[in-house]
Amino acid sequence: MTDLSRRGFLGRSAALGALLASGGGTAALAAGGDLTIAYNIPVQSWDPTTGPAAVNPVLQSVYLAVYDRYIDQNPDLSFGPGLLTDWGFTDDKSKITMTVREGVTWHNGAALTPEDIVWSLTRAGNPETGNPMQFVWGKIGNFTVDGQTITADVLEFEPALFKWMAFLTAFVLPKDYYTEVGTEGFEKAPIGTGPYMVDAFEPGAYVRLKAYPGYWGDAPAFDSVTIKFVTDAASRVAEVESGNADITTNIPYEEYDRLIAKEGLAGQAVPITDIGMIFLNDIEAMTDKNVRLAAHYAIDKQLIIDRLLKGYGVPLSTLEAPGYAAYDASITVPYDPEKAIELLAASGYSTDNPVKFTIQTTKGFKPKDYEMVQAIVGLWRKVGIEAEIEVYEIAKHYELRATDKLAPAAFYNWGNSIGDPSTATGFSMFGPSPHAVWDTADLVEKIGPLFGEPDEEKRIQGYKDVSRYIAEQGYVIPLLQYVMPIVYRAGLDVTAYASGDLLPQAIANA
Amino acid sequence: MLLRSILARLLTTAVTLFGVAVVVFTLIRVAPGNPIAMMLPPGASEEDIAQLTALYGFDKSLPHQFVIWLGGVLQGDFGTSITLRQPVDQLVLSRLPATLELSVMALLIALALGGGAAVLGARFRGSPTETGLDLASGAVLSVPDFLWGLLFVLCFGVLWPVLSISGRIDPGLEFDFTTRFYVIEGLMRGRLDVVASTLSHMLMPAMSLALPLAAMVAQLLKQNLKEVLVQDYTTLSRVHGFSETAVILRDALRNAALPTLTLVGVQFTFLIGGTVIVERLFAYEGLGNMAIDAVINRDLPLIQGIVLLFAALFIVINLLVDLSYTLLNPRLRHG
Repeated sequence: MTDLSRRGFLGRSAALGALLASGGGTAALAAGGDLTIAYNIPVQSWDPTTGPAAVNPVLQSVYLAVYDRYIDQNPDLSFGPGLLTDWGFTDDKSKITMTVREGVTWHNGAALTPEDIVWSLTRAGNPETGNPMQFVWGKIGNFTVDGQTITADVLEFEPALFKWMAFLTAFVLPKDYYTEVGTEGFEKAPIGTGPYMVDAFEPGAYVRLKAYPGYWGDAPAFDSVTIKFVTDAASRVAEVESGNADITTNIPYEEYDRLIAKEGLAGQAVPITDIGMIFLNDIEAMTDKNVRLAAHYAIDKQLIIDRLLKGYGVPLSTLEAPGYAAYDASITVPYDPEKAIELLAASGYSTDNPVKFTIQTTKGFKPKDYEMVQAIVGLWRKVGIEAEIEVYEIAKHYELRATDKLAPAAFYNWGNSIGDPSTATGFSMFGPSPHAVWDTADLVEKIGPLFGEPDEEKRIQGYKDVSRYIAEQGYVIPLLQYVMPIVYRAGLDVTAYASGDLLPQAIANA
Repeated sequence: MLLRSILARLLTTAVTLFGVAVVVFTLIRVAPGNPIAMMLPPGASEEDIAQLTALYGFDKSLPHQFVIWLGGVLQGDFGTSITLRQPVDQLVLSRLPATLELSVMALLIALALGGGAAVLGARFRGSPTETGLDLASGAVLSVPDFLWGLLFVLCFGVLWPVLSISGRIDPGLEFDFTTRFYVIEGLMRGRLDVVASTLSHMLMPAMSLALPLAAMVAQLLKQNLKEVLVQDYTTLSRVHGFSETAVILRDALRNAALPTLTLVGVQFTFLIGGTVIVERLFAYEGLGNMAIDAVINRDLPLIQGIVLLFAALFIVINLLVDLSYTLLNPRLRHG
């Protein structure tokens, strides 16, 4: 029996205290090998190539930790080798060739083979698998493999094909493993070739990732990463402020400013490939060019950014943001209320006799969306536009847009993480696309040929010309490029991606 | 008599659930927001849209879709979630334990706090203590549960970080449980670390849900106690020398509790409904959180499954309340 003296008791109490304080000890460990991310969207499915989750831009960060794409994308939107080290069209654009990286292994240790690439592309192009981007992947076929080189026929020329290989659903999955375990088995135990393996997954709660020792690229800085799915922004703020999470994103700008001013926290606010815009529909008052242009000239975008978004945003005049392939800084639609009044007067409208229409918006889907529309309606009122605000849910927006039943004006945000003009101006303004709202023949004639233009320089210039034409005609009102706020504990080195991705492998200790 | 009553209730339950199924199925399909429109890729053609529509069975007429769905439900197949790509019944049942544990914990907290306040108020009736308790319960009732949640996050998550802010359990814990009742199975297996972690995550959402119900219980039970405490049999107890507290606990509480039980039964169903918002706030992986995701994504099969389960829960709880009321009230039991 141990004799517990006063001194002994004090000593043991101190030891116990030290043990309890190793809650702090856990934090110290967290600084070395573990990283906790409070993320805003839960992983819904571990198949990044099928179903709605596959086209959710926010989920791509988690997928990119586990899987690799055919082609990699750099923080500045440029492209680099991924699982393919070389790729291209033949000169006559009738075939493509792809070279598969050697020395890559799946998380179960099996080697990545060109057959995995072929199987993934074939599966993606098969309408029955439910790949939402099948319309792209179906444009190539008849694959042949020679060593590490894959050749395929171009069934329909898609100039941005290789950019798509770094975009939504462009992930390579393991042929043999997937065939063996099936869809359900894969959901339960997914494997990829990425820097992290799925160690534990609680749907709706968290995923715990473990660094894959056999990863072909640079080893990630953290051995273990826990991504907690915290959908409520206030809770994410609390998570990082309390130290329960090392890093979080997509929080209100007011909170971002407050948190980065605190000791022990740091942050970055990065312009990303997500833009706020107002779709105009070719109905009612919007068939009048003067009204469309007046509605654009009457908006002081910088004022809205400064007052509502705390200065976090980049004003835009076209649907191509800085960094996109077809961005043209010379195309501008400045804030000019006098010109707006003049244009409206030419059509017989004034503050006493305003032009009236409805503008639709979501409320809370994007930062300050409703408030921005309220501010815009206020600015419009000053020049002779009386707009009635109709609030709807985002699902309703999609339905109305697909059936071309949107109001004359509708606020929306458009993401385009590859920065290609076909996936910005192209699909949003090309009438036959289910996502376009403005349907006039002049635009269809201008954009249509660009979808198949083989000369890249000509294609990009073509989109710049279309953007200028759209600005002159007032077919859409681009507002701003969003800025993504990231807050993290001081001492972390975070590489932010313009695509909006927050990659665990791009976070390290400073 | 009691058995016949239960059988009759079970029969009406089946009819009610069928009615709920029809209403939910119809409502979510006529409500704004087409799930196919949300999935359309930028370059989708008319054929692509038709293909996707057919893939998810939305190309058939509404009655045809309902017959297919109902046929599946009767065979235990509730369909497959559009977003999560797993059988709906598995998904819903996997989240049910979390919501049940949270709701029961909230109920227990509400009963303890509300019951305690009621007894205290009745014991010191007419004194400043009673006035103070009345004011406190009024204040508690005037604040909605999610605001309590935010307040708790600020107090116990940020300023004095003693409780976990989000999730249901520490992601670092290793365990392989058979059920998803973490508290119950953790206790049975002696995994106190799992129990402690679960409680640490559950306490704030449970308190947020419990406070409004606790205030209601406090007000109603205290009123009932005060009415009972002027009855002759309580006076007789006092004459026999029992203290006021003993009279309340020994004689008055049981009779005063009956009306409160009805209130608790009804309010418990509302409390489960309240988990939708509170679970979201605390990123608690229960049915409510899943329901919000399902609605945002217009995951129709999953919405149907969750609503049906909620409806079944409400019916079962009401049945249990009625039964317990019958058992506790001798007049109903014998007549």
